[in-house]
Amino acid sequence: MSKLFTKDTQAIFWNNNKTAIQRMLDYDYTIKREKPSVAAIVAPTSSNKFEKFFYGADEIMIPLYKSTAEAKAAQPQADVLLNFASFRTAYNVTMEALEIGGFKTIMITAEGIPERLARGMNTKARELGVTVIGPATVGAIAPGAFKIANIGGTIDNIINSKLHRAGSCGLVTRSGGLFNELSNIIAINADGIAEGVAIGGDRFVGSVFIDNLLRMEENPDVKYMILLGEVGGTEEYKVIEAVKSGKIKKPIIAWCIGTIAKYYDSGVQFGHAGASANGEMETAEYKNNAMAEAGIHVPATFNDLPAKIKEVFESLNLDPIPEPEINIVPKVRRPKQFICTISDDRGEEATYAGFPISSVATPDTGKGIGDVISLLWFKKQYPKWATEFIETVIKTVADHGPAVSGAHNAKVTARAGKSVVESLVTGLLTIGPRFGGAIDGAAKYFKYADDNNLSPKEFLGYMKKQGIPIPGIGHRIKSLKNPDLRVTGLMNYAAEHFPSTPLLDYARTVEALTTSKKENLILNVDGTIGILMVDMWRALGYSEEEINEFIESGTLNAFFIVGRSIGFIGHVLDEKRLAMPMYRHPMDDILYDVQKAEKI
Amino acid sequence: MAQKAIREYDAKSILARHWDKYFPDFTYSYETVLVQNGAELKEAAKENTWLNEKTLVAKPDMLFGKRGKNGLVLFKDQKPGDVTLEKAASWIDEKCSEKQEVYFSFDGDTPQGEPSVDMLTHFIVEPFTPHSQEEEYYISATCVGDEDMLYMSAEGGMEVEEGWDEKVTEVAFKITDTEEEIAQKIKANIPADVAEGDKENFAKFAIGFFKAYRELNFAYLEINPFVLQGNKVELLDMVAKLDDTAGFMMTSEWGDVEFPTSFGMEEKSPEVLAVEEADAKTGASLKLTLLKPEARIWTMVAGGGASVVYADTIADMAGIDDLANYGEYSGGPTTGETKFYAETIFDLMTREPDAQGRGKVLIIGGAIANFTDVAKTFTGIIQAFENYQDKLKAVDTKIYVRRGGPNYEKGLKDIKEAADRMGLYIEVYGPETHVTDIVRMALEK
Repeated sequence: MSKLFTKDTQAIFWNNNKTAIQRMLDYDYTIKREKPSVAAIVAPTSSNKFEKFFYGADEIMIPLYKSTAEAKAAQPQADVLLNFASFRTAYNVTMEALEIGGFKTIMITAEGIPERLARGMNTKARELGVTVIGPATVGAIAPGAFKIANIGGTIDNIINSKLHRAGSCGLVTRSGGLFNELSNIIAINADGIAEGVAIGGDRFVGSVFIDNLLRMEENPDVKYMILLGEVGGTEEYKVIEAVKSGKIKKPIIAWCIGTIAKYYDSGVQFGHAGASANGEMETAEYKNNAMAEAGIHVPATFNDLPAKIKEVFESLNLDPIPEPEINIVPKVRRPKQFICTISDDRGEEATYAGFPISSVATPDTGKGIGDVISLLWFKKQYPKWATEFIETVIKTVADHGPAVSGAHNAKVTARAGKSVVESLVTGLLTIGPRFGGAIDGAAKYFKYADDNNLSPKEFLGYMKKQGIPIPGIGHRIKSLKNPDLRVTGLMNYAAEHFPSTPLLDYARTVEALTTSKKENLILNVDGTIGILMVDMWRALGYSEEEINEFIESGTLNAFFIVGRSIGFIGHVLDEKRLAMPMYRHPMDDILYDVQKAEKI
Repeated sequence: MAQKAIREYDAKSILARHWDKYFPDFTYSYETVLVQNGAELKEAAKENTWLNEKTLVAKPDMLFGKRGKNGLVLFKDQKPGDVTLEKAASWIDEKCSEKQEVYFSFDGDTPQGEPSVDMLTHFIVEPFTPHSQEEEYYISATCVGDEDMLYMSAEGGMEVEEGWDEKVTEVAFKITDTEEEIAQKIKANIPADVAEGDKENFAKFAIGFFKAYRELNFAYLEINPFVLQGNKVELLDMVAKLDDTAGFMMTSEWGDVEFPTSFGMEEKSPEVLAVEEADAKTGASLKLTLLKPEARIWTMVAGGGASVVYADTIADMAGIDDLANYGEYSGGPTTGETKFYAETIFDLMTREPDAQGRGKVLIIGGAIANFTDVAKTFTGIIQAFENYQDKLKAVDTKIYVRRGGPNYEKGLKDIKEAADRMGLYIEVYGPETHVTDIVRMALEK
């Protein structure tokens, strides 16, 4: 792998660092990347599913995950981990990512990870062939392809420093602050950089100068290299070795900062944790001399570095690099207040999840209300057997007579002279845990029992402990011998059309146990619907987590709400038609038991 | 700085706290106290009865070695091993009453270089342990390159330092070595000169020692010498450094450990302490080291790397005698924090005019910032100018500014206008000028 990053490289960003991520996306937009460079964000404590960012003037959503494992499973193509965890957790985050695998590069920003942990982490990554950038770094950049977080600074500076397109220099520095400065110097005195890495300021960093320079030696875009080292450590000597042995043939310009350190005793710490000379060999001056002797281009002072770069660059006689067209990030952007992912009315014709309304509305389209629900509720085209099941459910729950609490409420309200919508909502407001809610409850508890392999007996024991009667079990009058034909209809449909019905099969074994105790403890219509919905989603390939989410968000209740609205409206219209007077409840139907209030 | 030296007393206390875990086959009496004067020692004797019962050894515990050659180890009154509590207390009172000269390096017994002069403030007192030279051993561990090194010798004390190459066995370990691999390597490398009867115990002790070094996050750990008497161990002298970045996970393991400044280091000035205090309170970074407060070139540089190259360049072009300070402000400090930092420097640099009658130079330098808002930080510097303009003019200050990064155009324009309005000499440059070139310009004036 001769290049660190390409224009297709995508990263998982650990920590929802909005400013840094926005800078990456601004860069992506500027250089006209096809896909955003951040594929996913790991935010362990957030309950949000995504975060909005600008992409040019528009906004895009980047998914949020609770763990690196989830993010990697959902975005397997993202092979860079940008570890922005604190020094307390950065080690664990890196080690977990190495366990999970599939990462080519891991960048670690935290400063001050315990040395022993850093050494273990770096060694493990090296064994696995993973490039670690950092710890204690601002990152790396492959101009025109991929930029990590804040490296390069503002977008204006990036363009001024020609970091928006590949040049011909390979740049490696220890310091992150001077990386920008060097990019600027290189832009002024040469033609920009092809790849740049700030290796990090801690004493133990993952990839060191030589690792990066050897990769750049293989990278055909890199024509020469610049190394900015620092007082302390012996890493520069590995570079000297590689030059002497011919492993590195491209010209190198190098300088170690911290020449001043020799004047002071060890009490004064110049620069980073890694920057402290143990012995003469580690002083900046000694290293600069040794590099010069090995044939590396070393200026007389840091102040002479620009002239040295110009001299070496001009001696290479490279072809000029064409300036690519870029997008300009707008100065003023307004975040959108609302997001819509199901329908769009901006074009010629409004669409449901991408389908023009006319393409699903009329009978000749072959589409029914089940298809419309699958588009607008689930953003998917469900197969016929599923949409027809949805329609069967809606038809089955449309009404259950005037006596149930919702219908009764609607009727009372209508008789008070209120409108259809007012009357309807009073009916709908009764839907909840006691009315209609058994669909949700049955799906939730039967699925829980099935997921945890509870035997019917264990399930009954579990529900008893919870102190809840099993939702979806029991009917006022119906029994196995006198079955509810709505239930029979649903079951027959499922048996004929569903690929399989594992949860219903399980529920029937529970029913066998409950009816052995009492005849009317059958699987009722609410239970059957809830359970079959789970079976439907399973057969459609949804994950268990997604199905749990449907249940949690009240999707099952929604089928009941839609269906029963039909019945409620019927009752309301019935009242209007009959012009029934205001309802007053008969007093003899009320038990009055009013005591005189005592003083306290 | 990640590696920090600790007192001998703390090093022994940490090992003692975990003794049974690492050295289950050995006993260590852990008879040691740390005191600041004679009265404290006598007070300590109430709880530590051995101080009254045994004869003692006393020495300063202040991160420097060669205490014997400096005449700072009390082990005899009339003859070796006769030091009483009373004698130790009066010796400590004598040594801590005035500044002492300490040499850090010796050629044989002859001191080399200039001595450091400072007060002795901490003393460690322990029982005098009679033992023979053969019972003294040496052991130390540290990290070299990417490997951990264990150094062992059959000879302890001064001997080992003066004959390192012949007398010391070195063993290298990878960070990934397992406990079994480590134990095997150590067993295979016990110095040949260790007494035959001690070899097994030496190996056991060395394995425990190295394990303690690794697990307790020592960066350096040395016992020179330790004495093996069967299963009884005495730690006669210890030197240790901890990796302080591991502090957050070692709070209970290390206990209440102190990271003192070394003997002879100049007392930090109130200004430096104030900057340190401000630094501790902010997410940004404020650092200040005074090198030579009477010198004429002062720097106020943004960013760690940039502050180094400015110091390098000034040393190259003007020499270090002209460089007054070293430091940085970075990581996006607020306007108020920058103002405080600038005023601290302006205050220091305007106290006295240059001894040779030259004007002072103020370098407001910095590389191209990644995310620090230049205009915002420069607003803080301008506010400091307002308060110090007369004083800055009184020492004939010439100001050179170079900076890039977010909002730098506004920052440069603002600072130029403000200085011109106040009648301060200023030159202002952006990213088109090489970062350290203002040093050259300043010196050419």
